[in-house]
Amino acid sequence: MDELNVAPETIVSNNDYIIEMREITKIFPGIIANDNITLQLKRGEIHALLGENGAGKSTLMSVLFGLYQAESGEIYKNGEKVEIKDPNDANKLGIGMVHQHFKLVDVFTVLENIILGVEPTKNGFLQKSQAREKLVELSERYMLKVDPDALVENITVGMQQRVEILKMLYRENEILIFDEPTAVLTPQEIKELMAIMVGLAQEGKSILFITHKLNEIMAVADRCTVLRKGHCMGTVDIDKTTKTELSRMMVGRDVDFIIDKAPCKVGDEMLRVEGLSVVNGHKTTVSDVSFNVRRGEIVCVAGIEGNGQSDLVYALTGLMKETGGAILYGSDRMSGGKSVGSVNGKYLHGKDTGDVVYVAKDGSNINSKFLHVGKSELNKEFCPQNDEGGHKAVSLRKINRTSIRQRNAGGISHIPEDRHKFGLVLDFPLEYNLVLQRYFEPEFCKKGILRKKNITKYANKLIVDYDIRSSLGAKSLTRSMSGGNQQKAIVAREIDKDPDLLIAVQPTRGLDVGAIEYIHKMIVRQRDNNKAVLLISLELDEVMNLSDRIYVMYEGKIVADLDPKEISVEELGLYMAGAKKMDNIGARDNPFLNEVLSIEERLNDGKLPENKRNELKKAYDSVYERFVAREHEYTRPNVREEVGNGKQ
Amino acid sequence: MVNNKRAKDVFNSPGVRSLYSSLICIIIGLAVGFIVLLMLSPRNALSGFVTIIKGGFSYGGLGIASAIANSVPIIMTGLSVIFAFKTGLFNIGAAGQYTLGAFGGFLFAIVLDCPWYVCLIMATLFGAIWGAIPGIFKAFFNVNEVITSIMFNWIGLYLVNDIIYGGGTGVMYDRNYTKTYNLKVYHPSSVVPTWGLEKVFNSNTVTIAIFIAIIVAVVVWVILQKTKLGYELKSCGFNKNASRYAGISEKKSIIISMVIAGALAGLGGGLYYLSGTMQWNPQNSNSLPAQGFDGISVALLAMLNPLASVFSALLISHLAEGGGNLDPRYFSREIANLITGVIIYLCAFSLFFKNKINDILGRKDRLLALKIERESIRSMLPTDKYVESDDENAQKEEADKAKEK
Repeated sequence: MDELNVAPETIVSNNDYIIEMREITKIFPGIIANDNITLQLKRGEIHALLGENGAGKSTLMSVLFGLYQAESGEIYKNGEKVEIKDPNDANKLGIGMVHQHFKLVDVFTVLENIILGVEPTKNGFLQKSQAREKLVELSERYMLKVDPDALVENITVGMQQRVEILKMLYRENEILIFDEPTAVLTPQEIKELMAIMVGLAQEGKSILFITHKLNEIMAVADRCTVLRKGHCMGTVDIDKTTKTELSRMMVGRDVDFIIDKAPCKVGDEMLRVEGLSVVNGHKTTVSDVSFNVRRGEIVCVAGIEGNGQSDLVYALTGLMKETGGAILYGSDRMSGGKSVGSVNGKYLHGKDTGDVVYVAKDGSNINSKFLHVGKSELNKEFCPQNDEGGHKAVSLRKINRTSIRQRNAGGISHIPEDRHKFGLVLDFPLEYNLVLQRYFEPEFCKKGILRKKNITKYANKLIVDYDIRSSLGAKSLTRSMSGGNQQKAIVAREIDKDPDLLIAVQPTRGLDVGAIEYIHKMIVRQRDNNKAVLLISLELDEVMNLSDRIYVMYEGKIVADLDPKEISVEELGLYMAGAKKMDNIGARDNPFLNEVLSIEERLNDGKLPENKRNELKKAYDSVYERFVAREHEYTRPNVREEVGNGKQ
Repeated sequence: MVNNKRAKDVFNSPGVRSLYSSLICIIIGLAVGFIVLLMLSPRNALSGFVTIIKGGFSYGGLGIASAIANSVPIIMTGLSVIFAFKTGLFNIGAAGQYTLGAFGGFLFAIVLDCPWYVCLIMATLFGAIWGAIPGIFKAFFNVNEVITSIMFNWIGLYLVNDIIYGGGTGVMYDRNYTKTYNLKVYHPSSVVPTWGLEKVFNSNTVTIAIFIAIIVAVVVWVILQKTKLGYELKSCGFNKNASRYAGISEKKSIIISMVIAGALAGLGGGLYYLSGTMQWNPQNSNSLPAQGFDGISVALLAMLNPLASVFSALLISHLAEGGGNLDPRYFSREIANLITGVIIYLCAFSLFFKNKINDILGRKDRLLALKIERESIRSMLPTDKYVESDDENAQKEEADKAKEK
């Protein structure tokens, strides 16, 4: 059988190694997750386990933790052969794990969570004081600051992770497995965690660190074992290797870390969000958010998980109802919604509501007129057929009330954050998932009968074009595919729709370097094809590399509007953590806009009694006057945007 | 050679693997039944067991006819359960929809004297309405369909009983026989025709209902497998969030699914009672018609495959017939139900059996996958030190192959 890169002499039993996994092979139906993998962990070292998605890292750790039984291979602790049949065996051997998604009870205190399962009792009563002493001692010794009496649901993600680490230390585990621990942390918290890990290693703990972030490995690890497609590619000393070499071992070819991007050529406004608010349950998750996205640019909304980005996207895509504000969309593929106009990125509104209002794109000479003219006058002066000074008509539609399907068909694509929840029907074959929003189109469906041949043909085209790998091609069950290929399938589907606006939420979450590079290229290509891209991401590298403009979201508000060329990663991190804020950001173009819109909507309601209608009309006129006045005096505070428009 | 290979593929296909696991369930179920017979009366156990196995074949055409006739309603209720299940709903209300279907049939046969096909259509419609109500409750008020449909089972039953009985003066109630009027005598045009089947089986119980049921099973299969509607319904059943993301209306899908499920069960009621051999007894019916719940058994045994439901219904009906033929001095007829019950129970483990079978049959596939995987890795490797060791592997592999040969 295979013995990839394992020199024979290293297989000699050796007490230097606290844990040795020898020639582990684990087979799942249709795939070999681990093929003869040998992993040796020295006492007191930080040993990184690097590999792409589906390379077999998690499987290998699950074998070590007793969740899976290997087909062949042996595990040694301190040179003695051990059997690990379930996680309890692993615990007894001193193996502890911090899972990527913490396993904590939210309504318990930190102390209660730490003693869970090993509660000190006397006559059936909990003896917390004894446990508390031990916890305080541990947290001082390892510099892990926690408040023992705080409820877990009230503490930060960083502290929750420290609780998880303390949980392992409390159980006196010697071998600590960290499963992608940095995915949910801010840059500052990552630094802290790295320091903690180094400290733990110095105290004699042995650490297995699963990750696919090369920077972190270079920063803290002593040695690194690289897996690729279930094979062991070798173990290297970090001192003697480089990032490039590691990535080549992991992916099998050279990887570009920096994305080549041409300077962006900004076009018409495609998405404009005005004072958007979303209430989820009883919590206002998005409050008064305003921003825009234009053709030919990638706009990124950065932020730490749980600051309202998800609900913002759900509102934009129609999965959740907004509680206030307007979503304006500029593609003429959109069939529903109410038309409004835009000049120079500035929101306009014709008085005859419900009609398409055309306005000139180069607004310099119409700024003083546009608001007062009705539809007919506008048409005469500024309609495409009449514009002589190179004026081009632009129109925005208010799409708050359009259905999800209308938005899909209107050229909005959405790469969802949670691919299993929203992105895919896992029990469908791949081909069905590739037409998930298009199955009803004449190409795929005739008189209510699916045209399976066409679906398969189209699926095969996407599979080739986007290099989606699976065991049975178009007919494979989506559930059986690896995470990276599932994500590729979603990206293929969403980009192949040729969207005018691509909303990509964490498009590379949990993917390996090769797949990330690929998806980034696709997103940049979308931008270069003069489409608008809204990117929501937690990864700082991704934000800095991809975006042309950055908005930072913190606690449901936009707190910064930044240029990636002008700021550092550290500064971005400060904004994301809420430590820094910009003034004037998220200020709506015109504070009276929403009032105007909402009164209009009520006026359009046919059932309104006459006396109320008159009252409303009066209110409307006064608000509208103020709206107009403000529109005249107002200039956007964002200088960069003015410059951007000037170039066109 | 080629044919051989193709035959192998057939035995290896996922569908056939499901069939294997169903067969294992049936065999174990029969074995348990035999053990029970042994415990009850060791001397008569073997003959009793043979009687059950022979089932519908015991009395020639008569038994077969009876088994087929009794399979028709449970094919339909089975399809009803399957259809709802595919949309992620558990239609435990098939009994109520079946009752309403039967009532619709009686109403248009006895009161309005309509021809049999009109009666069947009305039976379907009544069932559909009874299915729609829990669907609407689920879609708009998020009330669990299991609870509503159980309640609507009883509401339907007492409503129908009350209307038919009418205090002893109901228009459909024949006081002489304390049942509904015998359709064969009073309304022969409303009875589902036999088209000569009575000569084949030498019995008047079999009508073309069985063919209608088979056609409907095929139609259900086509809807689920081939149509846009099926795509939407299954998508909602598998993942309602992703369906919403794709712009499919979940509410609409739930209601449509329950309407169709109700229609199928209703048609089942119509087909059974309009064959003219059975009458409804409104006074004695204080339990729900068993066919409604047998539908769940049929669906589970068929592993939610509409086409397989025909066979699973025939099997259950065949065993029940055998149970009826047991010598009542030693055994009660419910032994057949016990066997069916064990089989259904084992069906819950069918996934386990299926995996075992996959394990046994799939070993070759896995080895093939191993080879492909290794080859793809080799093609990806850069031209540096890793290639060397891999070449060694290739040599080793070839050596291994040579050994095998």
